[in-house]
Amino acid sequence: MLLSAAVAIAERREGKFGDRYYAGRSRAVLERSFIAFKSSTWFVVLSGFVEPVLYLFSFGYGVGRFIGNIDAGSGKMVSYAAFIAPALLATSAMNGAVYDSTWNVFFKMNQSRLYHGMLATSLGPLDVALGEIAWALMRGLIYAIGFMAVVAPMGLIPSWWGVLAIPAAVLIAFGFASVGMAITSYFTRFQQMGAINIALLPMFLFSGSFYPLTVFPGWIQAIIKALPLSQAIQLIRALTLGVMQVGLLVHVLYFLVMITFGLFITTRRLDALFMR
Amino acid sequence: MSENLIEVQGLTKKYGEFVAVNGIDFHVRKSESFGFLGPNGAGKSTTMRILAATSRRTSGEVSVLGRDPEIHGPQIRAHLGVVPQEGNLDVQLTVTENLYIYGRYFGLSSKFIRSKIDDLLEFAQLEEKRDTKVDALSGGMKRRLIIARSLVSDPDILILDEPTTGLDPQARHILWDRLFRLKEDGMTLLITTHYMDEAEQLCDRLIVMDKGSIMSEGSPAELIREHSTREVLEVRFGSEQNVRMAPAMEKFCDRIEVLPDRILLYTEDAEAVLEEIVGAGHSPKTSLVRRSSLEDVFLRLTGRSLID
Repeated sequence: MLLSAAVAIAERREGKFGDRYYAGRSRAVLERSFIAFKSSTWFVVLSGFVEPVLYLFSFGYGVGRFIGNIDAGSGKMVSYAAFIAPALLATSAMNGAVYDSTWNVFFKMNQSRLYHGMLATSLGPLDVALGEIAWALMRGLIYAIGFMAVVAPMGLIPSWWGVLAIPAAVLIAFGFASVGMAITSYFTRFQQMGAINIALLPMFLFSGSFYPLTVFPGWIQAIIKALPLSQAIQLIRALTLGVMQVGLLVHVLYFLVMITFGLFITTRRLDALFMR
Repeated sequence: MSENLIEVQGLTKKYGEFVAVNGIDFHVRKSESFGFLGPNGAGKSTTMRILAATSRRTSGEVSVLGRDPEIHGPQIRAHLGVVPQEGNLDVQLTVTENLYIYGRYFGLSSKFIRSKIDDLLEFAQLEEKRDTKVDALSGGMKRRLIIARSLVSDPDILILDEPTTGLDPQARHILWDRLFRLKEDGMTLLITTHYMDEAEQLCDRLIVMDKGSIMSEGSPAELIREHSTREVLEVRFGSEQNVRMAPAMEKFCDRIEVLPDRILLYTEDAEAVLEEIVGAGHSPKTSLVRRSSLEDVFLRLTGRSLID
C-alpha cells in the first residue's frame, strides 16, 4: 500500500517517548486559533488590555491622591500607582489565562466538539492542551507588552528589571492556563464555571493588589502568600520595583509546578474523556 | 486474494456493568464496503470508535492495518478518515478553513493541502460556499463537508457513523452518490446505519447487530436469502383486526409477523398468496406485494423493527 503523507508523518514519531499522547504538532492547534482569531471580534480582545489600564487610572490616580507614597516592603517608598501597577499586570495575566482556558475550552470541549475532531486525527491530547494554552500565552504576552507600554512612560516601572515582568506575566499565565484547563476538563455544565469566578474574586481583592499584606495578622498573610495570585504579584512587583533577591526563584518554581501539574492532569483527562 | 485491513476477535466493551459490545468477531477486506446494521444502542458506534483508535476495548483482539489501535493510536488514525455521527466542524471557521486546518492536524504542509482543496470542494459540491462560515450551511452540506474533510489526509479507510441520519431524502441521495463514487474508486468504507435501504445500497457485506452481539453476517442478498423469503405480502385489516386475523393468515404461507398496523406474510410468491386469501373470503383493507428487505431480516433475527 502506498503510504500517504499523513501516515509517513505519523510514522516518524512512532516509538518515541509519549507518542500516544504527543505528536509534536501543537502548533497546528495554535494555527487554528490564529485563523479563528482573524475573523473574531476585536472588542473582546481589546477588553483584556483596557481593563487593567482602567483600574490603574481609577485606583492609582483616584485613590492614590489620598494615599501618597506607600511602603512596598523592605522600606522602599513608591507612589501608590507604582505599587498597584504590577499587581494589575499579574491579575490581568491571570484573568486572561483563566478566561481562555475555562470558558473557551469548555465550549470547544462540550458544545462545538472541536477537540473530538482534533483527536480523531493523528494529534494527541498533549498537542491539543499545549496548543490551546500556547494561544492563551500569546494573548497574555501581547497584553503584558501593551500594559507595560502604557505604564512605563508614566514612570511606574522604576527599575530596568521591570522588563522581566513581561516574561514573568507569561509564566504566570502559563500556570493559570494549565491548571484552568485541567479544572475545566472536569466540568460538565456551564453553571459549574461560576465556581471559578467565586474563587478568583476574593483572591484578587485580598492578594495584596491594593495594599501591603502587612495589614493582616501573620497567619492570614501566610495563607494568602501561598495562593497563586499572591505569588504572581510578589514576583512581578519585585521585578518592576527592582527588589531583586534569590527568593524570587521560589515564585518561579511555584509556577513551574503549576504548569507541570496542570498539563499532566489536562492530558490525562483529555485522554480519558476522548478515549473512553 | 484480498487482504484483510481489519480483523476483530472476541471484541468486548463494557461501561461499568453495561456490556456495549459482547464478544464480536469480523473482518473487513481491502476496498470493501462493510456495514454495521442495527438499531440505536446495538453497539455499532462503540465498535467504530474502537476501530478508529478513539476508544479502548475491555477485551478481545483488534487489528487495524496489522496493528493494535490501542497501542499505535496516532499512527492508525493517520490512515483513517472519520465521519462522526454528531457533527464536529469548526464553527468559527469557513468551509475552506475547515478543510485546511484539518489537514494541518495531520501535519500536512500548507502547500499540499491547498493543492487538494479545490478537488475536495468539488467532491462535496461546495465550490460556491468556500468562504462561508460552516454555521450557515444546511445539514446535507455540513455532512458532505465532513466527508470531504475526512479525505484531506488520503485515508485508506473511511469510517462513517450514521452518515445520513437526520437528512432529508434528497440530501441523502446526494450523499449516497458521493459515497458510491468513493466506493468505485476503491476506498474501503465502514458504515454504521439503522436504515436498511442505506445498508442495501452501500454495503457489499454487513453484520447485523443487536444488543452488542452479531446476529448474522453476509451480503445484503445473502442475508435476505438466508433469513427471509423472496417476497413479502403486507396486509392490513385495520388496527383491531390484525391480531385477530393472524391465525387465519398462518396457513397461507411459511411464516408471518404480526405488527401493530399490519401482518407480514413471508412467501416465494406473494401475488399467489394474495389471490388465495381473497379466494378464501378474507378481505384485507389494503395489501402490498414487495421483495424482502434487510428490515425483514432484522425482524426475523430479533423480533423487533430497526427503527422503533
